[in-house]
Amino acid sequence: MDGPFLIALGLIASGDPALTDIIALSLKVTLTAVSIGCLIGLPLGAGLALAQFPCRGAIVVAFNALMGLPPVVAGLLVYLMLSRSGPLGDLALLFTPTAMVIAQAILILPIVISLTRSVVEDLWAEYREQLRSLGAGRLRAVPTLLWDGRVSLVTGILAGFGRASAEVGAVLIVGGNIAGHTRTMTTAITLETSRGSLGLAVALGIILLLITLSLNAAAWGLAQSARGRLG
Amino acid sequence: MFSNTRAILLCAVSSLGSIVAVPAFAQDFITVASTTSTENSGLFGHILPLFSEETGIEVRVVAQGTGQALETGRRGDVDVVFVHARSAEEQFVAEGYGVARFDVMYNDFVIVGPDSDPADTRAAQNAMEAMTAIAQAGAAFASRGDDSGTHKAEQALWSAAGIVPEGAWYLETGSGMGATLNTAVQVPAYALTDRGTWLSFANRGDLTITYEGDPVLFNPYGVILVNPERHAHVKAQEGQAFIDWLVSDAGQQAIAAYQVGGNQLFFPNAQ
Amino acid sequence: MKVDKVIAPAQSILPLQLRAVGYSVGKTRLLDGIDLTVRAGKRLVVMGPNGAGKSLLLRLCHGLIAPTSGSVSWQTQDPRPAAQAMVLQRPVVLRRSVRANLDYPLALAGYARAARDEMVQKTLARFGLIALAERPARLLSGGEQQRLALARAWALRPQVLFLDEPSAALDPSATRAIEDLIGQFSAEGITIVMTSHDLFQARRLAQDIAFLHRGRLIEHGPAAQFFDAPQTPQARDFLGGALIW
Repeated sequence: MDGPFLIALGLIASGDPALTDIIALSLKVTLTAVSIGCLIGLPLGAGLALAQFPCRGAIVVAFNALMGLPPVVAGLLVYLMLSRSGPLGDLALLFTPTAMVIAQAILILPIVISLTRSVVEDLWAEYREQLRSLGAGRLRAVPTLLWDGRVSLVTGILAGFGRASAEVGAVLIVGGNIAGHTRTMTTAITLETSRGSLGLAVALGIILLLITLSLNAAAWGLAQSARGRLG
Repeated sequence: MFSNTRAILLCAVSSLGSIVAVPAFAQDFITVASTTSTENSGLFGHILPLFSEETGIEVRVVAQGTGQALETGRRGDVDVVFVHARSAEEQFVAEGYGVARFDVMYNDFVIVGPDSDPADTRAAQNAMEAMTAIAQAGAAFASRGDDSGTHKAEQALWSAAGIVPEGAWYLETGSGMGATLNTAVQVPAYALTDRGTWLSFANRGDLTITYEGDPVLFNPYGVILVNPERHAHVKAQEGQAFIDWLVSDAGQQAIAAYQVGGNQLFFPNAQ
Repeated sequence: MKVDKVIAPAQSILPLQLRAVGYSVGKTRLLDGIDLTVRAGKRLVVMGPNGAGKSLLLRLCHGLIAPTSGSVSWQTQDPRPAAQAMVLQRPVVLRRSVRANLDYPLALAGYARAARDEMVQKTLARFGLIALAERPARLLSGGEQQRLALARAWALRPQVLFLDEPSAALDPSATRAIEDLIGQFSAEGITIVMTSHDLFQARRLAQDIAFLHRGRLIEHGPAAQFFDAPQTPQARDFLGGALIW
């Protein structure tokens, strides 16, 4: 058995189309889920930071706890919703990339919401009087605070990306790991492990790690330069 | 920063569009629930392109344990189930979830274990004796424990031998065939596996086949169309075309032609 | 909602009248029975020892907080007219460029893009900020940030400007620059209401003085009179440098 690193290098060098398809699908699913998570989570998190209503504390605690939602449970819930015998069965979404996006978005959402809430809450304490003085009400403050908190928010969004891209339980259940259709990096690793092709599995893991690493490095560099430029 | 954020957002939104659009582009396809052992053996990679080429129908295989595969069929989430647990399959049809069961092929189960064979299963006259020897020696045994076809076959052997497997030697992995074999390699432990998975399994370590050949280890595969009367969306025509092809001469020859390391994995037996 | 606002002298929002204004947190009365009229065109300096309620009084006038008793009313009956601005004791500049910081309140006020660009450019020039226009505001020096905060308030075309310790924590040359700007604002006809703990600054800038002590307004009148002949023992002690509270 060749070393996993050699296999990984060989795979990358060969540019195997099956592998590039899997990588492309993984990135597509996760990036889409992260985008949806941000579109919903950023305004919701900021709203939660600024809003005052009864049970607010309970909701904050609930979203914090949901960050630890086991992916398999999220996957199972989405499966039961999307199954033909479930309430959304007519959409025929089970075993499709869209189903995987939904499951991952559910995993990412609590992370984005909780992080946004904490970042925006801190900023709000600092900005509150100034924004009010300049004529911004609570609603108008939301985009301002999100934009001024952008460097910290990127860190949290990356954490969400990390959770989604490393996740296998949920996408396996709702995607079905169908070759050429819903097979992602993580489900491919699971499959190769179950076939006893441990070298290939580790090689795929190395590639996944490299992708995550480069995305994180890029975002970190971006955040560093932004910190330097924006103070 | 600003322009970058915008670019990422644009990119993400456009990829969302393309993913959501996927169902619209899908041409003829059916979804088949099958077992991890079949998927892991590599059989589908060999026969499905032949079928698709002939009919233009794409086959999407979801590999699960037999129990889960039948449940997926019951829920109507696939068009065809292709599994190996005869009595469960017959019950599936009797309950009206499946149209009819067709024999497709068989392979056999083998007992694998450490080369040193601490329970001396090589001397066993039949499978029951081999299992009894393992239990009496208290030698480690890794069980699927997942209600799969293989697990059901194993349980049938224990009960035929009059043994209730329990104790420190009996390890239930609760996972697929491959994962169970990986565990068995590490312990090392005996395990019951289908020959197909074993032949294509790469991480054998010190494990080897210590008992084989008893007719009770015969492992038949059946294929069933999910009943469109239960689930109207089932692609009955395309699903039946797949079943017809599997039991046709062309399908049976394709199955017989699949080899790993010079060994034939599955033996066609359609009537 | 971008309406093209006409930048023209509107009806005067002054005088501002405070009637029996009190402010309490729980059982603690921080301000009590304040009667004060802020007339147009003057430079009013609110003085008093630490904790007397100077900053609170300005925030009440500006409308950041509401009094728990009494009333704060503008000539126009508008609860919080737009033609007034405040520079907080620790102004927050946004994490964006100097230009964007100036544009932000104008956008909130509903000015259209073209009008905003023109006003921002004029403000940058007026405050010597053109060279710094694209710099991140958070990276400016303390003096530059204070200048930006004043410019941001000035760009709103206020009739009255509230300044809370505008030169606290600045070095003497930056303080001089800020005081020059305040003098110029006043010359342009902007009414100034500011707090200061610095007696010398108050002497340089004040036309009127309001003296607060323990949440009560105990002297209010022309600056010369206050400095030459304070009416209350507390004011005399304060001016004499005695520690009072």
